[in-house]
Amino acid sequence: MSDYLPTDVAPTVGAHLVDDFTPTLLDIGEHNLCPGCGEPIAMRAVLEAIEAIGAVSRAIGVIGIGCYTAFSNNLDIEVLQALHGRAPSLATGVKRAKPETLVLTIQGDGDMVNEGLQEVLHTAARGENVTCFMLDNGVFGETGGHMTATTALGQRTKNTLDGRDAAQHGFPIRVSSLIAELDGAAYVARGAVNNAGNVARTKKMVRRALETQEAGLGFSFVEILTMCPTGWFVETPEAPEYLTSTLAPIHAPGVLKDVRA
Amino acid sequence: MSTVLTRGTVVIDVEACKGCDLCIDACPPRVLEMTVHEVNTRGYRFPRLLPGCTGCQACAWICPDFCFQVYKYDRPVELSVGDAS
Amino acid sequence: MTPTTTPALLEGSEAIADAMIAAGCRFFSGYPMTPFTEVLEHMAAKLPGVGGTCMNAESELEAVGMAWGAAATGTPSATGSTGQGLSLMQESLAELAYAAVPMVVLNMARAQGDYWQATRGPGHGDARMPVLAPMDVPEATELTQLAFHLTARWRNPVLLFGDYYLAHTSTSVTLAPLDLPPVPADNWSLDGSTSGTGRARLLSPLGTTKRNERGGYDLAQHYARCAARTEEMLAGITPLVETRDTEDADVVVVAFGTPAKYVRAAVARLRAEGARVGFVRPITLLPFPSDAVARAAAGARVVGVYENNQGQMVDDVRLAVAGATPVEFIGRLSLDGSGFGIAPDLDGGYLRERIEELLA
Repeated sequence: MSDYLPTDVAPTVGAHLVDDFTPTLLDIGEHNLCPGCGEPIAMRAVLEAIEAIGAVSRAIGVIGIGCYTAFSNNLDIEVLQALHGRAPSLATGVKRAKPETLVLTIQGDGDMVNEGLQEVLHTAARGENVTCFMLDNGVFGETGGHMTATTALGQRTKNTLDGRDAAQHGFPIRVSSLIAELDGAAYVARGAVNNAGNVARTKKMVRRALETQEAGLGFSFVEILTMCPTGWFVETPEAPEYLTSTLAPIHAPGVLKDVRA
Repeated sequence: MSTVLTRGTVVIDVEACKGCDLCIDACPPRVLEMTVHEVNTRGYRFPRLLPGCTGCQACAWICPDFCFQVYKYDRPVELSVGDAS
Repeated sequence: MTPTTTPALLEGSEAIADAMIAAGCRFFSGYPMTPFTEVLEHMAAKLPGVGGTCMNAESELEAVGMAWGAAATGTPSATGSTGQGLSLMQESLAELAYAAVPMVVLNMARAQGDYWQATRGPGHGDARMPVLAPMDVPEATELTQLAFHLTARWRNPVLLFGDYYLAHTSTSVTLAPLDLPPVPADNWSLDGSTSGTGRARLLSPLGTTKRNERGGYDLAQHYARCAARTEEMLAGITPLVETRDTEDADVVVVAFGTPAKYVRAAVARLRAEGARVGFVRPITLLPFPSDAVARAAAGARVVGVYENNQGQMVDDVRLAVAGATPVEFIGRLSLDGSGFGIAPDLDGGYLRERIEELLA
């Protein structure tokens, strides 16, 4: 085959750039996350939305502890690094002390649902005017693929080798659904990054959540289903389909609540 | 020899690629193909571009390693299949 | 609240609240627990009036987290609890030190069983936290101001270690502003304004510098820097101590906090009767006034340590005298069934007996 086109240099004439490698608000694109990881995809969606709504110079990110913490010291937004599970209370303090800021958290399912479930629920119930993003891959990726509270029944993890069994390990928590029940929550949605269409939908959700905060309407939340081929023990090309068949049936993508709708 | 309408193109940061394949399925016109034997300096296979890119940015959105720069041609070009480098 | 020049009759918790506000505190978060609760009540009532915020946190974990977030914006912030609640906060307090985030933390303790918690912590790792232990309400108003100064000066959490008596005793108190040196300018706090500049600020317990070319945080470098900062801080804080009648003392009695006031009275009475007994009261428990304790003990036959616990500060006294003088624990656990540490053993007769045993 010799049909391949040159891809090492930019076209010199007659073309315009529509997407540049690394998001503007990321200092260094290179990272040590695994091949096929969904978290950088979600991170990109969040960073681009901050730019899109024109809130960069007021943005503060509160970052939890998980694989995505790899980004906490190379974002070009101000970062407050939180402890595992505790990002929502830090975000609360930031926003209450400086209401003019745009405050967002990035947490994983292990961080938010296992370690810090009460933090996010109370923050939502208070109607705290912050936005929380949960990157949900149904495993503790950083420790190498262990069960979290969102792990699907039947899903194999390193501490549920025969699959999550309800009798032994309980049932998964649908945290977006819990949050949507709370009166302080103004916007709740669940997206996914396993294909370009879902990424596009997720980007809209992320933007809508941040706009909800900017409008002062209360707590906003987007759960983003992400791939973790390493922690799922699947090949990287199979991970998008694994997300669809394993996580998405119980954590169904869609907008759960939007007070502006 | 046939030609393919090509509205855009990409620059690929081959060295940043970890060979995850996500862009291959994400590409609507299916003009990205992974190498089979060729690898980058870290040992990962990487994608290559065939004629027919629409500049839709799906590859850039799905790529976890920020390997893509996407351009749209001001005027679509016709590229001959089998005619490229 | 502006500083007062005329005395007012104030409950300790209200005086501490007033002192915090006078010291610039504009964010407070807490979860009720006796005897800390009243500080929270007063802050909830007073802070909005000065443009501050008081949060009723859903747990101690969230209380310290909220204060962390507010402190990160450069807002002078405080939280607190009582012993057990402080135990819940320890992880955050350690990491606050690593992240160089200032915060004043109150422990309105039950008795004095939290000495080790206060001075050996906070939490995991090598972090340390200066500890100020007022003896009474007037001193608490001063040490509260000092705590806000020290936390801003060293960007490290600072603990004000009180107890049930301190929080609940009403005293005539004048809130006099302390004359404190200026603190370094704030070049670190977050407000979003550095976002998008290519030099966005980072406030993280894992490291304070942006990623190097290798990727990831350089934890070894960061913890080494934290250790150096801690060492500098502990060396830079002058230990505070009250010493009485130690020059010719046969017996030196060491005590801290509220019980020290009772011990001091017992010692003074014995001294008036001609007994050669002296008194030392560490006011900063960390850094511990080891030199002052060692000097006071130098000519003595024995050192007695009174604490309302099973014997904790006695360790630091032993470390201070380094074997030169025998050190005996003469304290006692609170026998108070309420658990609040209102110690029936804090009576002059009992204290006098214990000291007389050493004099015999």
